Amino acid sequence: MTNSDKKTKSYISTNHAVILHDRNEGIPFDANLFKDININRSAVERRASTLAKRRSVKKQWQAAWLLKAISCIDLTTLSGDDTQGNVLRLCAKAKSPVRLDVLKAMEMQDENIQVAAVCVYHNLIKDAVKGLKGSSIPIAAVSTGFPAGNIPLKEKIRQIEISVAAGAKEIDIVLSRNLVLNSNWKALYNEVSACRKACGDAHMKTILATGEIPTYTKVAKASWVCMMAGADFIKTSTGKEPVNATIPVSLVMIRTIREYHELTGYKVGFKPAGGISKAKQAVNWLVLIKEELGNDWLTPDLFRFGASSLLGDIERQLEHFVTGRYSASFRHPMA
Amino acid sequence: MKTKVKEIYKTMEYGPAPEDASEAIQFLKKHNNKFNLFINGKWVTPSSGEYYDSINPSTKEKLAQISEANDADVNKAVAAAKKALPKWVSIGAHQRARYLYALARQIQKHSRLFSVLESLDNGKPIRETRDIDIPIVARHFYHHAGWAQLRDTQLKDYKELGVIGQIIPWNFPLMMLSWKIAPAIAMGNTIVLKPAEATSLTALLFAEICEQIGLPNGVVNIITGHGSTGAAIVNHKDVSKIAFTGSTEVGKIIRRATAGTGKKLSLELGGKSPFIVFEDADLDSVIEGIVDAIWFNQGQVCCAGSRLLVQESIAEKLYKKIRARMENLRIGNALDKSIDIGAIVDEAQLKVIKDLVQLGVDEGSTLNQPSWSCPKEGYFYPPTLFTDVSPSATIAQEEIFGPVLVAMSFRSHKEAVKLANNTRYGLACSIWTENINLALDIAPQIKAGVAWINCTNVFDAAAGFGGYRESGFGREGGKEGLMEYLKPRINDSFTDEPLPISINNSNSSISQSNPSLGIDRTTKMYIGGKQARPDGGYSTVINSAKGDYIGEVSKGNRKDIRNAVEAAHANNKWLNMTGHSRAQVLYYLAENLNIRKDEFAKRIVQMTNQNKSDALQEVDLSIERIYTYAALADKYDGHVHHTIHRNVTLAMPETLGVMGIICPDESPLLGFISTVIPAITMGNSVIVVPSEKLPFSATDFYQVLETSDVPAGTVNIVTGNKDELAQVLAKHDDVDAIWYFGNKEGCKDMEFLSADNMKRTWVNYGKYRNWLDKAQGEGLEFLKHASQIKNIWIPYGA
Repeated sequence: MTNSDKKTKSYISTNHAVILHDRNEGIPFDANLFKDININRSAVERRASTLAKRRSVKKQWQAAWLLKAISCIDLTTLSGDDTQGNVLRLCAKAKSPVRLDVLKAMEMQDENIQVAAVCVYHNLIKDAVKGLKGSSIPIAAVSTGFPAGNIPLKEKIRQIEISVAAGAKEIDIVLSRNLVLNSNWKALYNEVSACRKACGDAHMKTILATGEIPTYTKVAKASWVCMMAGADFIKTSTGKEPVNATIPVSLVMIRTIREYHELTGYKVGFKPAGGISKAKQAVNWLVLIKEELGNDWLTPDLFRFGASSLLGDIERQLEHFVTGRYSASFRHPMA
Repeated sequence: MKTKVKEIYKTMEYGPAPEDASEAIQFLKKHNNKFNLFINGKWVTPSSGEYYDSINPSTKEKLAQISEANDADVNKAVAAAKKALPKWVSIGAHQRARYLYALARQIQKHSRLFSVLESLDNGKPIRETRDIDIPIVARHFYHHAGWAQLRDTQLKDYKELGVIGQIIPWNFPLMMLSWKIAPAIAMGNTIVLKPAEATSLTALLFAEICEQIGLPNGVVNIITGHGSTGAAIVNHKDVSKIAFTGSTEVGKIIRRATAGTGKKLSLELGGKSPFIVFEDADLDSVIEGIVDAIWFNQGQVCCAGSRLLVQESIAEKLYKKIRARMENLRIGNALDKSIDIGAIVDEAQLKVIKDLVQLGVDEGSTLNQPSWSCPKEGYFYPPTLFTDVSPSATIAQEEIFGPVLVAMSFRSHKEAVKLANNTRYGLACSIWTENINLALDIAPQIKAGVAWINCTNVFDAAAGFGGYRESGFGREGGKEGLMEYLKPRINDSFTDEPLPISINNSNSSISQSNPSLGIDRTTKMYIGGKQARPDGGYSTVINSAKGDYIGEVSKGNRKDIRNAVEAAHANNKWLNMTGHSRAQVLYYLAENLNIRKDEFAKRIVQMTNQNKSDALQEVDLSIERIYTYAALADKYDGHVHHTIHRNVTLAMPETLGVMGIICPDESPLLGFISTVIPAITMGNSVIVVPSEKLPFSATDFYQVLETSDVPAGTVNIVTGNKDELAQVLAKHDDVDAIWYFGNKEGCKDMEFLSADNMKRTWVNYGKYRNWLDKAQGEGLEFLKHASQIKNIWIPYGA
C-alpha cells in the first residue's frame, strides 16, 4: 500500500466539475491493524465538547457553510408509511432545496445547490428514480434487513442486488451487531466484503449502529473492519437506535478514517445519521470534519448527513441571513 | 472588501468571529480609563500619584492607567483589613457564607464582562476565559461559600489567621484571585491583594462586585502596583500570612523575607511538569491532551505539561501527529472566537520565550513550528515542539512559560519515572496509558502535587492544587487548601517559657546507684542502622542540670549529616511498607521501650534532676505516644474529592521523603519521641539532632530501635551542636523537610536557609509546647506536617 492519495472517480457532479477518484478497494483482513486500539472515552468526550467552542462560524461564513451542509445531505425518508407521494415530494425538494430568491440574494443561484442523495427503502427506489429523472442526484437505498440486520446473509445479498438493479447508486447496509458484540471480526469482514461485492458499482455505506455498540474501542475496531472490507463510507446509525449520531462517536470513527488513509491512501467517507435536525449541529459536524480530516473531506464525495428535518432548519437560517428577520418554516416549500 | 458566500463555499475557510467588547470598554470608560486603589471599600488615589499603563497584548493598545501603590498605601490597606477583622470574625460563619454566595452569584451574572475584560487585558483566548477561567472563579466562590458555612462545625479546632497578604500572577488573573480570596475570607480572614501589574483590570472589576454586594469595608482591599508594592505587603508587620503565586525566584525571596517572622506562607511557584506517554495510550487523545497541556493559555501555565516524555516505541509516530496538529492550530486576537492560541502577555515575556527557543536551537535541539506565520500587530508566538532534546539541555530544565514543548523518549517505566523526577520542580504530571495498573503505579512515584491520568490542566475548587520541591508548598482548593488560612486554636496555648519542672535535689545518688554506669560507655551516633563514631573524632562532655559529669556524646559535624542523609535515602524499605506494617514496628518499639522503662526514667532524672515519678510519667507518656501513632499509621486517610468532572479525584497524603528533626530541649525523651515518631509514621526517614544539653535519652533509644525491626536508615541520630547541625541540614538540597524546636533565631535560620531548595519547614518561633499535654504534644497536626497531599485525577468511562 502507498501513502499517496488515490485519485477519485466520482459519479456525483459538484459545481459542474466531475472529480474522479478511486473507491476504497479494501485490504486483506489483518487483525494486527486494530487489535491494540484502546479509546479513552473521557478524553474523546473532552475533545468533542470543546471542538465546537473553539470555532465560531458566523455571517456569510455561516451561510456558505450551511449551503455546504445542504450539498452533503442524504435527504431521507425511512418510515413505515412512505408512499410514492411523499417520495416524489422528497425528490422535488432534493433538486431545489433552497428558495430561489434566497439563493439569489447570496448570488448562489448558479451553483447547482442540491442535496447529495435521496435515501429511501428499497421498494421505493422506482418512485425515486421517477422523481429524480433529469437530475444528477443519486438514489441511496437502505438494505440488508434495515434497521436490525437480522436476516440471513444470502437474503442481504439478494436485497442489495435487487436495489442496485432498481437503480440505487448507493447502498446503506447495516452491520450484524452480534458479530460486533462478540468480536467476531473475521466473520464481519467476510460479510461486509460479500455485501461490497454485491454492490458492484454502487457505493456502499456501512452503518455501525453505534448506539448498540458498548464501547468506543469496539466502534473503532468495527470501523476498521468495514474499511478493510471496502466500505466507501462508514455511517454511525440507522436513526432507529436509542442513541444515534453523536460528536464523540463521530470523532472516534473519523480518527480511524484518518489512520486508514495514512496507511492505505484510500479516503473513506463518513456519514453521521439520526438526530441531526438543527443548522447549528450541522456546522458543528463540519467543524469536526474540517479540524480532524481537513478540507478534502468537506465534499459530498466524502461526507454526508443522514437527515430528514435538517434541511428545514437550514432554510430558515439562510433566510435569516438574507433578510435579517427570523424566519418561519411555513415560508419554505415542504418536502 | 466583503468576502462572498460563493467564495467561502469553495474554500470552506473560517471567517473572523470577534467577541463584542463594548461593555468592557464601557466599564473602562466609566473609570475614565484610570483606576484608583480599592481600600476600605473606597476608591482612593495612590499616595505616589503615579500610574502606569495596562496594555492589550493582542494589539499593543493602551487599555487603562493603573495606580502604583507605595508603602503608605500598603499601610492604609493593611490597617483597613486589620480594622475590619474583628467584625468579620464576629458576624459568624453563616453571615460570611452569605457574602461568599453573593460574590459567586454576582460573578456569574457578569460572567461575560469578566471574560471579555480578562481576554483584553491578558491576551488569552475568549474561549478560555468564557469556558474555563470565569466558570472556575464562580465555582470557587460557591464551593467556599459552603466552607464558610461549615467552618464553625467541621473546622472548630481551627481559627482564622488575621490579615492576609496575597500576591497573584498575570497568567490566570481572576482565577488566581478567586483561589486566594475565596478560602481566605471564608475562613474569617481579611485580605490585601495585589494583582500582577500587567493584568489588574479584572481584580478591579471584582472590587466593584464587592461594593455591589455590600461586602463590609476593609474585608477585601485591592491594591495595584509592581514588585515594590508586593514587597511592602510581604514585609508588613501586621500581615499574618502571605499567599503568593508566581516565579520560584520571587518565592525564594519571599521565603527569606518572612523567615522567623511567624508569617504563614503558601507558595505556588514554577514548574517543568512531565507529560508521560506510554505506548498503550490513546494517541489521538494524547494529542489533544498536549494541546491542553502546552498550548492552553499560550503555555503560560505554571503546571503546563512542558516536558513530553514518550515511550521510544511510539515516539516518532507521536511527533508526526504533533507536527500535524500544530499546523492546524489557529492563533490570533484574544477576542476572536475561532482561535486556539492568543497573545503572550507582554513584550518582556515574549522576549524570554524567544531567547530560550534560540538557546534550544543553539544547543542542538530540533525546532518544529507550523508553516503559517503569526499576526504582526500583537505579542504572538507560534506553537513549538523541540525534538532531539537531552535532559541536560537548558530548555529541558528551565521553565519557558510559553507555547514550547520539549520532547524526550524513554525506554522503560523505570526510566520514565527517573526522567520525570529529574527536575527541581514538582508541580504536576500527566500520565497517559490505557492500563490502570500502570497509571496507578506511576502516579505515586512522580514528585508532584498533582497527577492527571489521561487528562491535563483540570482544576476544581474541591481538589487541592500545589507543588512539591521548588514548585512551592501549600495547597489551594479542597479541604487541604483551607488549612492554609487557618491555625489550630491550641497554638494560642503555647508559652514563651518552657514548662517548669519539679527538681529533686536528693536525686544525686541515682547516677552512682546505676550499675550500668560503672563501666565506661561510649555514646555513639546512629547512622544507617549502625552505631557510628563521629567523623571529626571529637566528643562533648555533658553535665547534669546540677553540673555533675554524666558522660560524653559524639560531636557530629557536616560530614556526619551528609552520611546520615545518604543513609536515609538508601532506605526504601520503610517508605514502601504499608501502614499496618509500620504500625507493627511502632508497637514493637513501644514494647521494647516499656521493658526498659526504669532505665529511661533514671536517665531523665540524671540529666534533668527532676522527680523520679515525673520522669517515669514521661516514659509512660512516650510509650503511649508511640501507641497513638502506631494506631494512626493505617488511619491517616486521604479523601476522594467531589470534583465536577466524571472522575475519581484521590487526595493522597504522601511521605515528604527525608526530614531533618531538631528536637526540643524540654522533655528529653518525650520531646524526641513526640517529634520523631509522627515523622516516621508517615513513612519519612529522619535525621534527628537530639537536644544538645540532654542528648542521652535519644542516644539510649537507638538500642531500642535496633531491637524493634526498624529498617536501617529510618531514624538516624546525629548529636552535637544543635544550630550548627541544623544549619547543615537546612542547607542540604537532598533534605525535603525540616522541623525545628528551639529559639527564635534558630527558627529564622531554618526558614531562611530552607528557601534554596524550598524545604517544607515547621518551626516553633521560639514558643514552647507542653509535651506532656496530649492536645499540644501529639495528633493529626504532626502527621499533616510530616506529609503532603497529592491529588490524582482519574477520569473513567468505557
